[in-house]
Amino acid sequence: MSLERKSLFSRLDGVTLMLYFALVVIGILTVFSVEHHSGEPIIMFGKEYMKQLLWLGISMFFGLIIIMTESKFFSSVANLSYTFGLFLLAITIFIGTDVKGSHSWLGVGGFRFQPGEVCKIFTSLAISRFLSSPETNFKTLKHRLIGAAIALLPALLIILQKETGLALVYFCFFLVMYREGLPNAILVIGFSAIALFLATLLINRWVLFAILGVLAVLAVLLTRRTLRRSMSARIALIVGFAVCVLFSQVVVPFSFKHVLQKHQIDRIYSMIGQDVPDAYRKNATAGEEKEKKGNVSDYNVKQSKIAIGSGGFWGKGFLNGTSTKNEFVPEQHTDFIFCAIGEQFGFLGSMTLIGIYLALMLRLLYLAERQRSAFSRIYGYCVASILFFHFAINISMTIGLAPVIGITLPFLSYGGSSLLSFSMLIFIMIRLDSDRQVLIR
Amino acid sequence: MSFAANPRQFVVRFIFISVAAVILLRLLFLQVFEDKYKVMSNDITIYRKVVYPPRGVIYDRKGKPMLYNDVVYDLAVTPNNIPKNLDTAQLCAVLGIDKATYEKLLYRVIMKNGYMRQSPLMEQLSEAQTARFKENAYMFPGFEPVERNIRTYPNASAGIVLGYIGEVSPAMLKKDRYASYNQGDYVGMNGLESSYEEVLRGQRGVHFLERDNFNRPRDPYQGGALDTPEVAGRSLQLYVDADLQAYAEKLMANKIGSVVAIDPKTGGILAMVSSPSYDPNLLRGSERARNFARLYRDATHPLFNRAMQASYQPGSTIKPMTGLVALDAGAISPSYGYPCYGSYNACNRAIACEHHDAGHAANFRLALAHSCNSYFCNIFRMTADLKKFGGVKKGVQKWHDYFYSFGYGHPTGVDLPYEGRGLLPDSNFYNDRYRGVWNSCTVVFVGMGQGELALTPLQMANGMCIIANKGYYYTPHFVRAIDSNANDPVLKPYKQRHQVTNIADTTFNVIARAMQDVVESGTARGALLEGVDICAKTGTVENKAIVNGQVMKMKNHSMFVAFAPRENPKIAIAVAVENAGFGATWAAPIASLLIEKYLRDTIAASRKPMEDHLLEAHLIDRNVYLIDSAQRLRDRMRQEMKEQRKKYSDSLQRATDSTLVQAWIQRNVVPQKNRTK
Repeated sequence: MSLERKSLFSRLDGVTLMLYFALVVIGILTVFSVEHHSGEPIIMFGKEYMKQLLWLGISMFFGLIIIMTESKFFSSVANLSYTFGLFLLAITIFIGTDVKGSHSWLGVGGFRFQPGEVCKIFTSLAISRFLSSPETNFKTLKHRLIGAAIALLPALLIILQKETGLALVYFCFFLVMYREGLPNAILVIGFSAIALFLATLLINRWVLFAILGVLAVLAVLLTRRTLRRSMSARIALIVGFAVCVLFSQVVVPFSFKHVLQKHQIDRIYSMIGQDVPDAYRKNATAGEEKEKKGNVSDYNVKQSKIAIGSGGFWGKGFLNGTSTKNEFVPEQHTDFIFCAIGEQFGFLGSMTLIGIYLALMLRLLYLAERQRSAFSRIYGYCVASILFFHFAINISMTIGLAPVIGITLPFLSYGGSSLLSFSMLIFIMIRLDSDRQVLIR
Repeated sequence: MSFAANPRQFVVRFIFISVAAVILLRLLFLQVFEDKYKVMSNDITIYRKVVYPPRGVIYDRKGKPMLYNDVVYDLAVTPNNIPKNLDTAQLCAVLGIDKATYEKLLYRVIMKNGYMRQSPLMEQLSEAQTARFKENAYMFPGFEPVERNIRTYPNASAGIVLGYIGEVSPAMLKKDRYASYNQGDYVGMNGLESSYEEVLRGQRGVHFLERDNFNRPRDPYQGGALDTPEVAGRSLQLYVDADLQAYAEKLMANKIGSVVAIDPKTGGILAMVSSPSYDPNLLRGSERARNFARLYRDATHPLFNRAMQASYQPGSTIKPMTGLVALDAGAISPSYGYPCYGSYNACNRAIACEHHDAGHAANFRLALAHSCNSYFCNIFRMTADLKKFGGVKKGVQKWHDYFYSFGYGHPTGVDLPYEGRGLLPDSNFYNDRYRGVWNSCTVVFVGMGQGELALTPLQMANGMCIIANKGYYYTPHFVRAIDSNANDPVLKPYKQRHQVTNIADTTFNVIARAMQDVVESGTARGALLEGVDICAKTGTVENKAIVNGQVMKMKNHSMFVAFAPRENPKIAIAVAVENAGFGATWAAPIASLLIEKYLRDTIAASRKPMEDHLLEAHLIDRNVYLIDSAQRLRDRMRQEMKEQRKKYSDSLQRATDSTLVQAWIQRNVVPQKNRTK
């Protein structure tokens, strides 16, 4: 075909590259706008936008290497890299350094990175490799469980590093598996689980128990014919009811008491606008308790909403963000970078940015769907899903739609490992796409 | 690939798009429909910095500054920038304070403004402290001397005229005039500082700065586009002669009383003294709090501006005015004489006169020169009883109207706040007092300046201006020009000439001539000044006070009014010395010396003994302190009684209320209960 004859660089997908560069440039300008104060020179070494520029250079370098690499390389190295990633995550649990309460960073010399970020690439490759291999029959429960295990094993290790937010990202692979044949029921059950979770937090335990009972009785009444006929339906109903009760009465209280960190409980409750119930308060003395009444993440979200809300339709203009420039929003160059966009460019700018993200994600899906090889297609879905998860959760948390879990806004947030891993994800996809006529195993 | 063939890829796309849509919808509400975040953002991020321009300078008539801004230093500290190894002992030594004080001050600063903001640790460092600190400033990072302007009175005089500034009080903030002020702003509290507040303060600048989460100001907001620049206060040029003012204060030292000197041609006040005077520098900056209470409690009331707030019975000094009214009304002619032999007996009682010899009141000139009580009581009665007025009540009303037009009985409108009005009775006043039954004999004393008539020294001096000007006056005022512009609209009210009823010039000539005789051959020969025709009138005012619970006749007030020279007068003056004696003894020489000082700029050697005699005199009556302490006791008692009464009325009110409530319950609640039973 004609594609074969074209040079490698002309086969790269221009649209994706353009969108990618647009986001990276916006990111650096935004970090600049947050840090820059009038009267300072524009080029100042040691400032974070300069560091970010350096990271962009490093990312470009890695991108170039990826483009030069044979596309077969990625599928063949998938399992190895996944193992390597797990190894990194495992040693991080033991030799990791503490940064802001999480234990998820590896320090090498004066240089620090989060294996959890990089491991997303490896996991994507591994899942693509697994799902695309001819031996895999994703209709069988065994292979579905293996797929889930591949996705959730890193998440488990990351939870052990007390970085739950990042771990949640690994759930996005279920979206990929859905595309590859996970039953529709999974989606329904997923949403139901979220609804149940929220209800557990909001509604008194015994009242919820009563509600579940009523729902069960209603289900029995409505489907009594089916129930009479089929044994499995009866079992499904009973199991479903049992799971719901178990979840709301045992799992959630247990995990709040023993698994989740104090700040995570605070964030979850602050998102739904509730005080943390006494039962879930952790090792706080009475005096400290009173002080902490307006908790920290509450402050973050409030300041973030003020910054974004004050942007109005047109925004305050570049470098005129009064909230963000003067450090009212904590973490505003990393997790809360969207505040700077919302404040300076208003609804118009936010809409444009969301448009760019959506365009990039849909473009990735389009690229994925036009692949001949399943590996490339599944990988494309992985990239799009990871992006989507980060994008949706991050922006939602800045505007109070989601709890504050520390995950970055792809390409915009300051941070080397984040930018590098997202760039690599994208470049690998672009490289795979350039060879879309070749069947990769 | 069609939807039917593989719906799942479209489901994934649908999820992506719908989540993005939800986010956008939320943003739409957050950013476009809700305004509260914009308000909150401005509240937290914009720091409104008010910049106070320097207040205007006040100059005297010769351009000598009387009130200007001096620079002092406050020691400001940013607690967070103090290094851990700061040599506190050294700093304390430099500042001359002990360590405990230092720690207390620092603690207070931290409690008030936190660690990150710069705030004043010590206010108004002394010169020695400033110098020592500046030499060693490198040793104390985190500390910084900050410049501040402070009002300074270089002559240390005229405190009562210039006034002082202080922090605006909550009560003032409620008034319209101070609506634009904020708590903590400085504002003129008294004197010219208060009346010309709007001129002197200039325009406050408002700068909008962005601030960070530690409340530290950062960049200008929107590049300073919304800022209002500050405009410096305008200066005042006064009529006051600083030298004359200082000299008058010197002469009035150790006496209670006042001096008002006016330039009759313009109404400009040349000097205004209320004695005892105080050093206005005591009331500047941080010293004010310390000294104000002391001055306020002083038995001699130095903060009370006697020159325009105290009213005295004018005594004989009113006689030229009584004569003026009588002559103009046609009650008498200048040649009218009255046979006085030492007392006035026409009203069934004897009103004493200082003179016994026959013919001392043979005509108006002689009567005024000798200050004959009988004569002036009589001509007052003749005026009041004039047929053409139709009865004494209308006659006294007519007399009241004359005096009212002379500026008596109402504030003259001088450009100082809180001016007194004096007391000028009219027919209604007497009707009330005597229940309608009175005649010219009842009120005869006002003719000789006793009785119900009371004037402020300013009104007395203004009266002299009327005679000097032959029938008109300008409202007495201090300010000649604002920023050298004499026609500033603020000064417009003082440019208006007040014509006193159309009294003929000849009548004024008679009065002036007679007043000249007072100095040359009458009661005030001590005030004679070689080469200047001084027209004057003495006054010796009887007065009583309650001392130790008993009404006691106090020493007479010594009064003197004058203008000079007779032709083309340049100065009109009123002097009052309380409880000093005869008008001729104290007030007259003081006025004479002041006239000489103003007209000639020096005191002739021949008058030095008189000057020394006045300077040495100590005329503050011992009883002043007694009266004051008694007054204080009375005030306290009144206050306590008021509180008791309030308490009592409160409890009474409560009792009434509870009775009413019980009655209401009886009426409305109890019967219903009964009914349900």
